[in-house]
Amino acid sequence: MQITSAEFKRKASAALRDTQLQHALGRMQSHFVDKRAAAMRELPDVEALRDAATAIRARALRDLDQYLSQFERAATAAGAEVHWAETAEDANRIITEIARAQSVRKIVKSKSMVTEECALNEHLEREGFEVVETDLGEYILQLAHEPPSHIVAPVMHKNKAEIATLFEEKHRRPRLDDIAALVGEAREILRPHFLTADMGISGANFLIAETGSVMLFTNEGNGRLATTLPRVHVAIAGIEKVVPTLDDAAVLARLLPRSATGQSITNYVSVLTGTRRDGDLDGPQHMHIVLLDNGRSRLLGTSMEPMLRCIRCGACMNHCPVYQNIGGHAYGWVYPGPMGAVLTPLYAGIEKSVDLPNASTFCGACVAVCPVKIPLTDLMRELRSRQLAQGLRSSAERWGLRAWSWAAQRPNVYAWIARAAARLLRRLSGRRWLPGLSNWTGGRDVPTPEGRTFRELYRDRHPK
Amino acid sequence: MNAATAPRVGLFVTCLVDLMRPRIGFAALRLLETAGCRVVVPDAQTCCGQPGYNAGEFDSARALALKLADEFADCEYVVVPSGSCAGMIRVHYPTLFAHDAIHRERVAQLAARTYELTDFLVRFANVTALPGRFEGTLTYHDACSGLRELGIQRQPRALLAKLPGAKLVEMPDATTCCGFGGTFSNKYGEISSAMAGRKCAAIGQTGADAVVAGDLGCLLNIEGRLRRLGDDNTKVLHVAEVLAGEPE
Repeated sequence: MQITSAEFKRKASAALRDTQLQHALGRMQSHFVDKRAAAMRELPDVEALRDAATAIRARALRDLDQYLSQFERAATAAGAEVHWAETAEDANRIITEIARAQSVRKIVKSKSMVTEECALNEHLEREGFEVVETDLGEYILQLAHEPPSHIVAPVMHKNKAEIATLFEEKHRRPRLDDIAALVGEAREILRPHFLTADMGISGANFLIAETGSVMLFTNEGNGRLATTLPRVHVAIAGIEKVVPTLDDAAVLARLLPRSATGQSITNYVSVLTGTRRDGDLDGPQHMHIVLLDNGRSRLLGTSMEPMLRCIRCGACMNHCPVYQNIGGHAYGWVYPGPMGAVLTPLYAGIEKSVDLPNASTFCGACVAVCPVKIPLTDLMRELRSRQLAQGLRSSAERWGLRAWSWAAQRPNVYAWIARAAARLLRRLSGRRWLPGLSNWTGGRDVPTPEGRTFRELYRDRHPK
Repeated sequence: MNAATAPRVGLFVTCLVDLMRPRIGFAALRLLETAGCRVVVPDAQTCCGQPGYNAGEFDSARALALKLADEFADCEYVVVPSGSCAGMIRVHYPTLFAHDAIHRERVAQLAARTYELTDFLVRFANVTALPGRFEGTLTYHDACSGLRELGIQRQPRALLAKLPGAKLVEMPDATTCCGFGGTFSNKYGEISSAMAGRKCAAIGQTGADAVVAGDLGCLLNIEGRLRRLGDDNTKVLHVAEVLAGEPE
């Protein structure tokens, strides 16, 4: 996916003025935050479960090479073919070659963020294949030619009326205004595609090392259709998605839907192991699993390794007050919110996404809800530090920091500056604009200091 | 606490209180003294180092951590009228020195005896009578670092419940960030103002006479937005100011 994170400020500003988007974002509290909280209350000991989930993910990463090898052996034994893709281009090439070899014309897709990373749809369309997104949200975005703004609810930025207009225009059918009717129309259009597709492409929520299975959590049933009806199934996943055993996946399954959508469990949970066997009523004749690195292995053994624990539930963005105000598009790449503030610099380029790790108050709401306890704010701070070391921050900011640090280590100098600043700010009180503080004064009055510093006053009152 | 066993408490007023609202520092001083503490205020104190730390400039944060550790070396406790700065010392200082065998122990000891003001008062001081009084309704904003790094939530409410005249009314989403975030508030002013706007709306829903919090940064942000939105009536107060009342 083309990265536009350099436009973060401009896009965030536009998002804040977009009343329709603001209305959609206003629903996040009830749709995601409250529902998650209610689903978590069903659990006897959330903290113990989060610790267990964290330990499972950490263990998988510690011996990632071994679990991936085990996965490859088990998947191959079950009849699947495993492919290793170092980059997004490699993944696209591998999938194109599979499609060519199998004389594929039409491809149906189940929602996959990794394919957004690779811009797989665009690639396959350029190569002459017909690609149909079958997740309702992704289908709408495909019609609208827009990127997702949320990893779980990709079209959350659109309202019913916009979708009705889009369907009317693209489906060339009479306008429908009822949600159930709109869903029914999409179903009618999509169903024949499932039946005529030669290949289905899915992501994977987990890869099970002991069985070689691909595990999927979905709600619409399109994932099951896309992976069992076409004769070829291609699953693509980041290499970090492996977990050792089915029991491990069962632990994570208690947290993933609850964290993502506030459901105890998703409508469908699929464990896909190998190709169709004799006597099976359905299932693909050919199964290919593409394991994508795309920057992941570089994080192993570094301070960023905890990010690889991520199970893509989206709780961090749902609970992020910055995301709640600006939505996902401003972040400019596949993964928005706090997860994107870490992943985008690491996968798509630290120099192309300087704003993302900085656009956080470090309120810690994301860390508090992360099911696998990723220290997102610590990782963002570490990225800020790398930006400084690489000279990626403005010289004004660097000099400001340097001057502040120099003064703060010299109490007398600092006291003098503080005294001067307190008096100056006092004199300027009531102004609606101050040089250097225009971003503050754009929306807030300038605070008025008392006029003398604490240290001055304390010295007066407690003479030595 | 009685005079013989009164602990020696070092007050770290924070750079923002020093510059903008010294009365919060004096209020904290009064509360600690009322609770029977012997309070010292080291004169050379400046800043805990958080602005540099959160900007990714870790060396200056380490230098300031060691400076602070020296200044408060002879205090049994260090008390801070800010959850954010107290969190910096308690939680982040040890991280900064995790691989520094020379200073690690000293910094860990400083961290272990540093407390946010209301946390300290509830833990160690048997506060029965507060010097302050407030006639009217209050709503409390949970500042992020204090809440999520130090678990400051029950403590200020317990103290406010003892305040004569005051009635606490909870706002919706009291634990949602107000949008301050240090330099974030100026770097990403529009987003910060929007976040503050939501906070102001939540405060407005309570109809409270005053919004109270334990961090001056949040208060300046909330106050600035309230005033810009035309609300000149809602008082914006630090919990120490409310609890300590006006000096005689």
